[in-house]
Amino acid sequence: MPDTANSDTNLPYALRAYSREDLVGALRKMFLIRKFEEGAEDSYTRGLIHGTMHLSIGQEASAVGSCMSLTDADKITSTHRGHGHCVAKNADLGRMFAEFFGKETGYCRGRGGSMHIADVEKGNLGANGIVGGGLPIAVGAALTAKRLGTGAVTICFFGDGANNEGAFHEALNMASVWKLPVVFVCENNKYGMSTSIERSTSVKNIADRAVAYSMPGVTVDGNDFSAVTEAVDAAVARARAGEGPSLVENLTYRWRGHSKSDRNRYRTKEEIAEWMERDPIRRMADLLVSHDILSEAEVGALEAETEQEIRDAIAFANQSPAPLIEDATRFVYTEEMA
Amino acid sequence: MNAMDTPEARELSYAEAIREAMDIALESDPRVVLMGEDIGVYGGAFQVTGDLVHKYGTDRVMDTPISELGGAGVAVGAALTGLRPIFEFQFSDFAALAMEQIVNQAAKLRYMLGGAVSVPLVMRFPAGSGTGAAAQHSQSIEAWLAHVPGLKVVQPSTPEDAKGLLLAALEDPDPVMIFEHKILYKSKGLVPAGHYTTPIGKAAIRRAGTDLTIVATSIMVHKALAAAETLAAEGIEAEVIDLRTVRPMDRETVLASVRKTGRLLCVYEGVKTLGVGAEVSAMVAESDAFDFLDAPIVRLGGAECPIPYNPDLEKAVVPQVPGILDAARALAKGRI
Ligand SMILES: Cc1ncc(C[n+]2csc(CCOP(=O)(O)OP(=O)(O)O)c2C)c(N)n1
Ligand SMILES: [Mg+2]
Repeated sequence: MPDTANSDTNLPYALRAYSREDLVGALRKMFLIRKFEEGAEDSYTRGLIHGTMHLSIGQEASAVGSCMSLTDADKITSTHRGHGHCVAKNADLGRMFAEFFGKETGYCRGRGGSMHIADVEKGNLGANGIVGGGLPIAVGAALTAKRLGTGAVTICFFGDGANNEGAFHEALNMASVWKLPVVFVCENNKYGMSTSIERSTSVKNIADRAVAYSMPGVTVDGNDFSAVTEAVDAAVARARAGEGPSLVENLTYRWRGHSKSDRNRYRTKEEIAEWMERDPIRRMADLLVSHDILSEAEVGALEAETEQEIRDAIAFANQSPAPLIEDATRFVYTEEMA
Repeated sequence: MNAMDTPEARELSYAEAIREAMDIALESDPRVVLMGEDIGVYGGAFQVTGDLVHKYGTDRVMDTPISELGGAGVAVGAALTGLRPIFEFQFSDFAALAMEQIVNQAAKLRYMLGGAVSVPLVMRFPAGSGTGAAAQHSQSIEAWLAHVPGLKVVQPSTPEDAKGLLLAALEDPDPVMIFEHKILYKSKGLVPAGHYTTPIGKAAIRRAGTDLTIVATSIMVHKALAAAETLAAEGIEAEVIDLRTVRPMDRETVLASVRKTGRLLCVYEGVKTLGVGAEVSAMVAESDAFDFLDAPIVRLGGAECPIPYNPDLEKAVVPQVPGILDAARALAKGRI
C-alpha cells in the first residue's frame, strides 16, 4: 500500500509513496521477471519446454509498477504474455517453472502450460490463451467485489492488440455503466504479433478510447516504474473509493519476438536497439541509486540473488513428478479433490 | 485426379500446396482476397500464406486487426456482394469468437432470404493437437460447424487434397470451412501443378481391404494407414477411407465398404462424443449396410477433456497407432 514514506513533492512519485523496502522489493521483482524469462528461454532451447511461450523482457516496469498498491485480496487478469504479472502478484517461481515443464507441481498441474498460469490464492485469475479473453472476466471479478462489498479491486492487463476485440469494448462499457472497481491496464508494446497499432487501430493512443466509455484514460511511459505506479495507483484508489473504472496505457516494448516462431520481419533492428536503451530495470536501478536507496554494489548483489532463485526454481521443476496419464480426464468437472 | 499419373506433379508440403492454391486463385481471379491475422509480412502463424503479400500487395493479402468476429463478418459481407474472400483463422479455436457470423449469418443468409443470395466464402482453420499449445489452441472443432446446415466442412489429409479442396471451395457458391491439421503442414506429397479441384463431398479409399473398414479424418488417416500396414503383416486387411468432407458426407463410399467388410472402425481427433464418428456410425446403423455388420461399430476419438499441455497427456488424449491397432485387432477377431 502507498504510505507517506516521503512527502518531498520534488521527488518522483514512487519515492514519495513507497518505503525503501517496497522499492527494493519492486526492483527485485523486476530482476526476477527478467531472469525468469531468460531461464525460460534457456530451458526452451534445451528442449525442456514443449509448445511456445511469450516473453515479457522489456516490460517489467509495467507488470511490477501496476501491482504496487494491490494486496493478495485484489485480483488481476493476465494475458498470454503473463509471466511478469505472475511474479508481480507474488507467484512461486518453482511452481511457475514446474508448469512450464508440464509437471504435477505446477500451478495448473501441468495441464495448462505457459499460457494458463494462474495463482488464485494470490488473486491472479490467470493468463489467457485468447486475446481479450480476460477483459470481461475482470469486469465479472469487479462485479463480485462490488456486490459482496469486499473492497477488492481488479486490474485487467491486456495488450494493444486486444483493444480491437469486441470483448474490450463490451467490457469497458459494462464496467462504466455499472461503476465497477476495475482498472484496465493496456500494455502497449506497439505490436500485436506483427501488426503495428498504426496498421490496426483507429486511435493514436489506446487511452483515447476511454472517452467513449466515460472513464479516465491516461498514457504513460511504461518503462518508467514511477510513472506507471503513479497512474495505476490513482486509478486503483479511484476504484476503491467506488468511483468506477479507469484505463491506463503503459507504453512499452517487447525485446524478444512475439513467440518462438517470430522472425522479426515487421520491425527494424534499430527500433529494437533503441528500446533496449530504455531498459526499465536499468532505469529503476538508476532511480534507486541516484536517491541513495541502493548502492551499485547492492543492485549487483540483488541481481545475483535473483539468478540463484531462478536456478533453484528450475531445479525444483526438474525434480518434480509428471502428472499421471490416467488422470488426463480429471478436473473437467468439479469433483472431490484428493 | 491421381497425382501419380500426372507428369507435372511435384513434391510439396501441405502448407506449400495450400499456398499454391491461393496463389493460383489470386492470380486468376481479381475477386479473391486473403484476410487474416499476421498473414502479410509475418507469412501467417504457420507460414501458409508465406510471401504472397510481396506478390499481391496488402490490398489483396490483408492483415486484419485482432478482431475475429468483425473480420469474419467483413468476409461474409464481401462474399455476399461480389468478392471471394479466403479468411484465415490463426488457430481454429478462435472461430469461437466468430461463431455468430459463421453460424447465424454465413450459413443461413441464403436460406433466410429465400435463395436470393449466396455466400461464396472460404474459411481456413489450422486445427488439432500435438504442438504443446494446450486447451485453447489445439481443438478439433469440425463437428461444431458440421452441425450447421448451410456450411460445407472439409478436412484434407494430403497436400494434393489440400490444394484441390481449396480450389474447389473457391468455385463453390456456398461457405466452405477447411480444417487443416497443423501437424500436417510440413508433411510432403505429390501435388499436380496448375489448377485442378478435388470434389467436395467425396471420400477417398486410401487402401483397399476386406476385413474391416477404417473411416478416418485428417491426420488420423495417416495413423490408420500406418496401423493398416502392421495389421496386414498379421493377416488383417483393413480398408482405409479418408472421409475428406465431413458435410456433406460421402454416404455411398462408406456404406459400400461396410457392406464388403462387415466391420467399422471410426478414427477421428475431435472429442468422441457427438463427433464426426458418431455421424458416420449413425449413417451406417440407419442404412441397409447395418445388415452386413458382423460386429458392433467401434469409435476412437478424442478423450472427454480439453487438450492438456503436458506432452505425454497430450498424446494420450487423442487416438494413436497402438490404440488403433488394438481396436482393429479386437474388431477383426473371428475374421482371421
Ligand atoms: C482471439 C485470439 N486471436 C488471436 C490470437 C493469436 N495471438 C496471440 S497473442 C497475439 C498478439 C496479441 O497482441 P497484444 O494484445 O498487443 O499483446 P502482445 O503479444 O503484444 O503482448 C495474437 C494475434 C489469440 N491468442 N487469440
Ligand atoms: Mg502488443
